[in-house]
Amino acid sequence: MKEKLEQLQSLALQEVGQAQTMQEINEIKIKYLGKKGPLTEVLRGMGGLSAEERPIIGKLANDVRETIGKEIAEKEEVLKGKEMEQQLKAEQIDVTLPGKPSLKGNRHPLTKIIEQIEDVFIGMGFEIAEGPEVEADYYNFEALNLPKEHPARDMQDSFYITDEILMRTHTSPVQIRTMLNKNGEVPVKIICPGKVYRRDDDDATHSHQFIQIEGLVVDKGIKMSDLKGILLNFAREMYGEDTKIRLRPSFFPFTEPSAEVDVSCMMCGGDGCRVCKNTGWIEILGAGMVHPKVLENAGYDSEKYSGFAFGLGIDRIALIKYGIEDIRNLYTNDLKFLKQFKRV
Amino acid sequence: MNVSYQWLKNYVDLHDISPQELAEKLTNSGIAVDVVEKVNVALDKVVVGYVLERERHPEADKLSICKVDVGEEDALQIICGASNVDKGQKVPVALVGAKLPDGTKIKKAKLRGVESIGMICSSSELGMNDKLLPKHKTEGILVLPEDSLIGSSIEPVLGFDDYVLELDLTPNRSDCLSMLGVAYEVAAILDRDVRIPENEIGDGVSNQHPVQIDIEAEQACKHYAARLIKNVQVMESPQWLQNRLIAAGIRPINNVVDITNFVMLEYGQPLHAFDYKKLDQPKIVVRLAKPEEKIVTLDDQERSLDDQMLLITDGVKPIAIAGVMGAANSEVTEQTTEILLESAYFDGFSVRRTSKKLGLRSEASLRFEKGVDPNRIYGALNRAAQLLKELAGGELVDVIVEDKKEVPSDTRILLRTSKVNEMLGTDLESEQIKSIMERLKFGIEEQDGEFNVVVPTRRQDISREIDLIEEVARLYGYDQIPATLPYGVYVQGGLTQKQKIRREIKNVLEGAGLQEVISYSFVSEKQLKTVKIEETDFRPITLSMPLSEERKYLRTSIIPNLLEVAQYNVNHNNPDIRIYELGTTFLSNEIHLTALPKEKMVIAGLITGALPTYWKKSNEAIDFYYVKGILENLLNELGINDAEYQPKVVEGFHPGRTAAISVEGEAIGILGQIHPEIQDRYDLTEAYAFEVDLTALWNQVNTEINYKTLPRYPAMQRDIAVVVDYDLEVDKLIRTIRTTGGEILENLQLFDVYVSEKLGLNKKSIAFSLTFRDQEKTLTDEEVTKVYNKILDALVTNYQAELRK
Repeated sequence: MKEKLEQLQSLALQEVGQAQTMQEINEIKIKYLGKKGPLTEVLRGMGGLSAEERPIIGKLANDVRETIGKEIAEKEEVLKGKEMEQQLKAEQIDVTLPGKPSLKGNRHPLTKIIEQIEDVFIGMGFEIAEGPEVEADYYNFEALNLPKEHPARDMQDSFYITDEILMRTHTSPVQIRTMLNKNGEVPVKIICPGKVYRRDDDDATHSHQFIQIEGLVVDKGIKMSDLKGILLNFAREMYGEDTKIRLRPSFFPFTEPSAEVDVSCMMCGGDGCRVCKNTGWIEILGAGMVHPKVLENAGYDSEKYSGFAFGLGIDRIALIKYGIEDIRNLYTNDLKFLKQFKRV
Repeated sequence: MNVSYQWLKNYVDLHDISPQELAEKLTNSGIAVDVVEKVNVALDKVVVGYVLERERHPEADKLSICKVDVGEEDALQIICGASNVDKGQKVPVALVGAKLPDGTKIKKAKLRGVESIGMICSSSELGMNDKLLPKHKTEGILVLPEDSLIGSSIEPVLGFDDYVLELDLTPNRSDCLSMLGVAYEVAAILDRDVRIPENEIGDGVSNQHPVQIDIEAEQACKHYAARLIKNVQVMESPQWLQNRLIAAGIRPINNVVDITNFVMLEYGQPLHAFDYKKLDQPKIVVRLAKPEEKIVTLDDQERSLDDQMLLITDGVKPIAIAGVMGAANSEVTEQTTEILLESAYFDGFSVRRTSKKLGLRSEASLRFEKGVDPNRIYGALNRAAQLLKELAGGELVDVIVEDKKEVPSDTRILLRTSKVNEMLGTDLESEQIKSIMERLKFGIEEQDGEFNVVVPTRRQDISREIDLIEEVARLYGYDQIPATLPYGVYVQGGLTQKQKIRREIKNVLEGAGLQEVISYSFVSEKQLKTVKIEETDFRPITLSMPLSEERKYLRTSIIPNLLEVAQYNVNHNNPDIRIYELGTTFLSNEIHLTALPKEKMVIAGLITGALPTYWKKSNEAIDFYYVKGILENLLNELGINDAEYQPKVVEGFHPGRTAAISVEGEAIGILGQIHPEIQDRYDLTEAYAFEVDLTALWNQVNTEINYKTLPRYPAMQRDIAVVVDYDLEVDKLIRTIRTTGGEILENLQLFDVYVSEKLGLNKKSIAFSLTFRDQEKTLTDEEVTKVYNKILDALVTNYQAELRK
């Protein structure tokens, strides 16, 4: 009996040693340790043994079973590892092949700039006001201190639909509408982005349709120095901490005093370059204190309240910012052009 | 306005200010100077020569051999090809070593064997602008005034040593359309005096003798003054006068016309000279034209007038369109000997209207339109009379004749130091403000620490306190104003809900690979007719004066714009197009707008071409359902989960592949394939487009987030496949299953649509996977089967569906 067990053990261990696959190991497991295996048989045949032999053989049989079991388990570990290794090897791919293209569109460059400017002013407590693109002559001109036959109307020849209705030539009518809606309440603190239309033949620097953002603040005690401060903040947010601004006297019928606003050239930092035509400055804004007549037309007592307004052309900002040669590119929508403005 | 630096020096001391410095100072205080340019290219070694002798060249008929005195010991021998060269002339001579504007270098030369030392020059060889010269001066060599100093540089003779400052005037500063106006501005900047031209002619006025003046149209003319000048000799103006005009960009004609132009430039007051003998009676009647009244203007054009245009007449015939242009019938010519000189105050609006309507703009109309100084009527008239006396030998009739109604006078405005500082954010003292007013030569009347400013009529742009505050600001210097931030209640900035949603819509579409485009609101008739989405009786809006047929109408849909963008890209080698635009469309139900039209904010998209190339093949392609998926995803993102898609025939779209989209019965847009004919027209293959009306969508958007506890009980899944008629819309099945399934039907997923003859003629099989779950308990098999059978029954009853085994 003892020899038989020992023989069984060595035979099993030999087979385990030779096994190459998990399947073989499983077969060995069943063969030796299974219910119909020789060990079970030995244990079953224990009944025929003497009382002295039984515990000895029993222990021996258990030892053999344990040894074989342990060997099998160890072998299983090794083989599992090997099989995993093979599997991984078989699953190897070429990581240098390109990934599946995922589609991502992006904003038009003009929208990107509008949103950037909106966010700067939102940060300074402004709201965004909007209004119709087809306007009444009254809101577009008369309420803004531009009566009919006023020579200043020449500055912005317009697309009329009827004598009284036209395509807005600026987003200033939104200011008037906003003030009238406020019914004399303060503060008014808005910017108005939107499309505007002027009778210009399209060329590299002119477009009959373009986008403007105007701003308006009305409150008690608003001063021209506040206009300067807000615009300086804006310029620094847009073009960096070291940006400077310069105001030059100008004329708009709806503001007084009026100013053209230059920022120090963002390309050369003010040293002079091609972009700023060697002046160190780039004109980007028109601004001024809201004309008392405009305040009065919009229902505000001009002795009590004051305000400032400013406006800038987004197309021009885009042309300067990206060095775009021709304003028409912005409206042709060539995908090769548009896809260049992907980054944040 | 072109301002001659030398000329300006007559009125204000500029000895220590260069033209460039002056330009910078003007620009910084509000009169923008575009450029500073020398009147003519600098000319070195070009001098005044005197032709001593002229002989014909022995070898060439067209050449002359001239002996020219250039102020040196020996006269120069110069060969000249011009036919007008002659003995006794003073001429410009380019000496050997001179370089002419066209690059020619003057050297000793031999022409047909005869030596030539130097060159006698024509105006164009000197670089002069022929457009500003009378014709006779542009032909052949330029003959100089007899009093030119032999051997001296040509530059001062022809006024070349001058600079011109080109002003870019804002419409309010018409006062600077005159040399005197600019002088006042410069004087204010530099704090200097203004020198007014001296005049010995008296201001005597008579309204009786010898010409009768009558203003019949008081609205359009407040003051009409005139002077009669006799024995005038019309001839060429002296060179200095011509130089002034040329520097200002006006062509000299003859002394009479030149003097009126000179005085207009000097005073800003347009003058007009009539040939007095051509008047039918000694009378000026200022009246409105009769409808369709005709007049032939100085440029020999016949003009047809209307009854709002102002005319100057002699009581019999019209002799000028007031403030715009004179008539040919009373024009000053070389034969003229008696002149009636007009200096009047015409209404700016009236002149502007007339000149605009006739398309006739002149230096005079430009000035009247913007408003002239009523207090320079006499000054300008007398100045011109004085010059006519000096330069044309005129004899003055000793009085001004006139008709004068009420003209504007000086304005008194209260200027408060406190208001100045409140408005500007400055800390100015009263004295500083007063000193600025004094620099402007405004009068000051003090009272109780405040002062009234008396603004002269030359500054008609100043009518209220704010105008004076602006004067203070610009002369004090904008750069001196500090930068502060508004002080007051802090308000929260931010986007409105709609603005946030709009940005979100863009994010979602861009996430689906669509590129934003921005196109024009104006479209052609062809584009306008491409699609018709709006069913109601809306009409397109037409611009009254479009720039072109291509941009004549306001768009009623963005889809034609997107088609145009797609066409451009296909033809520029970008065949795979995924684009969207968020913008406005315009509609009205009126033919002639009396109210503002309806503006709709819409989101439109177009997809055509292929998906990006990928080395792993997949059978995914762009079709109706691909685009619908994008749209569904967008609507879901906005909290709209129950949009309905119903087949619809829409002009411009494929009739079998187009759906109207609605939410809770309200139409919000369309989705479909572009009609193959339209695809062809725009060079496109299969293209899909959608347009959703955001104004309709706002009511449906749901941005609330409703959290529900995660389910605690297990779900059960059952599949159901039914065979139905091919034409049956699957949406109907889905709705029936949803209603019948009730609360425990958690989810429904369509996973197969199968069409085969094996199913029977015109049949299709539709398979759904149904998920059941009860929030309160574990469902039993029987419970689920009961509902499942109910669903199947409903499908059988309603749609004659058969369960597919």
